[in-house]
Amino acid sequence: MNRPATMAEKIIARAAGLKDVTPGQIVTAQVDFAFAHDGSGPRRWAPHLERLGIDIWDPSKVAIVTDHYVPAADADAAGILKISRDFVRDQNIDQFFDMIGICHLVLPEKGLMRPGAFVAGGDSHSPTGGAFGAYVAGYGAIDMVGIVATGETWVRVPETIRIEIDGKLPKGVVAKDLMLMLCREVGMDNAFRAFEFAGSTVDAMSMHERMVLTNMTTELGGEVGMIAPDDTTFEYLANTGKPVDDEDAARALATDPGARYEAVHRFDIATMAPQVAAPHSPENTDDVEHHAGIRVDQAYIGACVGAKLSDLHMAARVLKGKKVADHVRLLVAPASQETMIKASGDGTIQILAEAGAKILSTGCGACAGMGAGILSDGDVCISSTNRNFQGRMGHTGAEVYLGSPYTTAASAVAGHIADPRTMIEAE
Amino acid sequence: MGKAFVFGDGISTDLLAPGNKLKCPPEELVRHCMTAMMPEFPDVAACGDIVFAGKNFGQGSSREQAVVSLQLLGIQAVLATSFARIFYRNALNLGLPIFEFAHTHEISAGDAVDLDLDSGTLTNRTTGKSYEITPLPPQLMKIVEAGGLIADLERRIGEGG
Repeated sequence: MNRPATMAEKIIARAAGLKDVTPGQIVTAQVDFAFAHDGSGPRRWAPHLERLGIDIWDPSKVAIVTDHYVPAADADAAGILKISRDFVRDQNIDQFFDMIGICHLVLPEKGLMRPGAFVAGGDSHSPTGGAFGAYVAGYGAIDMVGIVATGETWVRVPETIRIEIDGKLPKGVVAKDLMLMLCREVGMDNAFRAFEFAGSTVDAMSMHERMVLTNMTTELGGEVGMIAPDDTTFEYLANTGKPVDDEDAARALATDPGARYEAVHRFDIATMAPQVAAPHSPENTDDVEHHAGIRVDQAYIGACVGAKLSDLHMAARVLKGKKVADHVRLLVAPASQETMIKASGDGTIQILAEAGAKILSTGCGACAGMGAGILSDGDVCISSTNRNFQGRMGHTGAEVYLGSPYTTAASAVAGHIADPRTMIEAE
Repeated sequence: MGKAFVFGDGISTDLLAPGNKLKCPPEELVRHCMTAMMPEFPDVAACGDIVFAGKNFGQGSSREQAVVSLQLLGIQAVLATSFARIFYRNALNLGLPIFEFAHTHEISAGDAVDLDLDSGTLTNRTTGKSYEITPLPPQLMKIVEAGGLIADLERRIGEGG
């Protein structure tokens, strides 16, 4: 009988071929799946692999997604994308997803985030996939070269911090508000920690909303954010055409009773208000009323965290039958092609466009400071994205506030930061 | 010996290497390193200088250009209260020495500082104070000593595994 272990410890022990592991221990883990995008992947890997004279350790375990420099806006971007296309051909990588969305959403849509897997991602928001009960951490390009060259990496076994959230989410309050609140309450200085999300609020969430929690684990500073697999997980994966074969084994990934946590934080969110983070950090968060009235020039609904189908539905519930304020530009960059197709099919895109939203191409876009929608000096933006560090979305003199898709859409209509709760249409 | 730069908490990779400049070659990108906070930084940083900072240094994007820019400016090491995880790994992988350091508040910008990696000592020649530096875990120090992860890989491939 093994001693009680957290979800993170179980997955690392299995990947390292050890019976059990202890926080602080440095072990070598075999990687089940590795991915990167056009910005962090092939363009940075290829020169090193060439010089070392080696190929990818196992092309069937690697996926490349183009999402940062798409669609190419200049010759440099086109060149970066071409490197990705040439690379996957030369390295026989079949799992290549070219301009169909942001990696952190596309890979789950393809059923590639599997419960219990040890996954390495070449992007800081890689923890998103932990919503499926996988151990997914982000790595820089050189780390990824080591991983795709050898199939392994070092891990310092993390302490686990458990976040328990209970209560029915009030109207107009969503996973994004919870994460902004957590950035304030738990702080962003939690490097090398595993976060685990649980409680009745999390149990009731859709996979899209759960992915907001794990995505913004990155802003908490965590190595991974994880949610134990349950029926919601299995249903999502079954709908991708790649059902979970052994549901009991997946359920058994959950942290054992009696396992040691570094900390347990409990929140009752039944009376929580929508949250807004002020420039220039996600932890500068307060109830929306504290920022209400700040005039905005741009409202941006985009990114892995804030432009999934669930997010566009939130925006539509605010924007239906309304118009964006004259001085505001509302930009919407759906997070994937699948999102675009579904949102077109169910009338969401029409509602957004009629309200005055400009619908942009899918991709990381202005959130990563590279696509359409870059801010100028003095611009004020409310954004459904996950970070508002100075200079991230363009000029260092721009000011970015973060909010939920509800709050972002409501602010676009009001022309200033606004509480969405009185503007949401009944479902 | 070099001079000290002292920054606060939460220095992000967007400050170290702005996203909208990432297509630039490294020597041009470096002209934007930390300029949103200290416009003259790329001009005054010199070989052997040391960056001191507060909590969560290097938070944000996984971009390694944040480390490379500091290296190109000649920054010898970063000493901070704590580091963001990906920045920490990137720094080791690229051979930039970084150390957790609890005394940033005792260092002033422009102080003459001396970091001796062999003895694990930081000396502030301006104040006359010395500090013991906690070494990296040996498994990780091996990567830095090899000159970074790629050099370490080369060595392993050379040894046949």
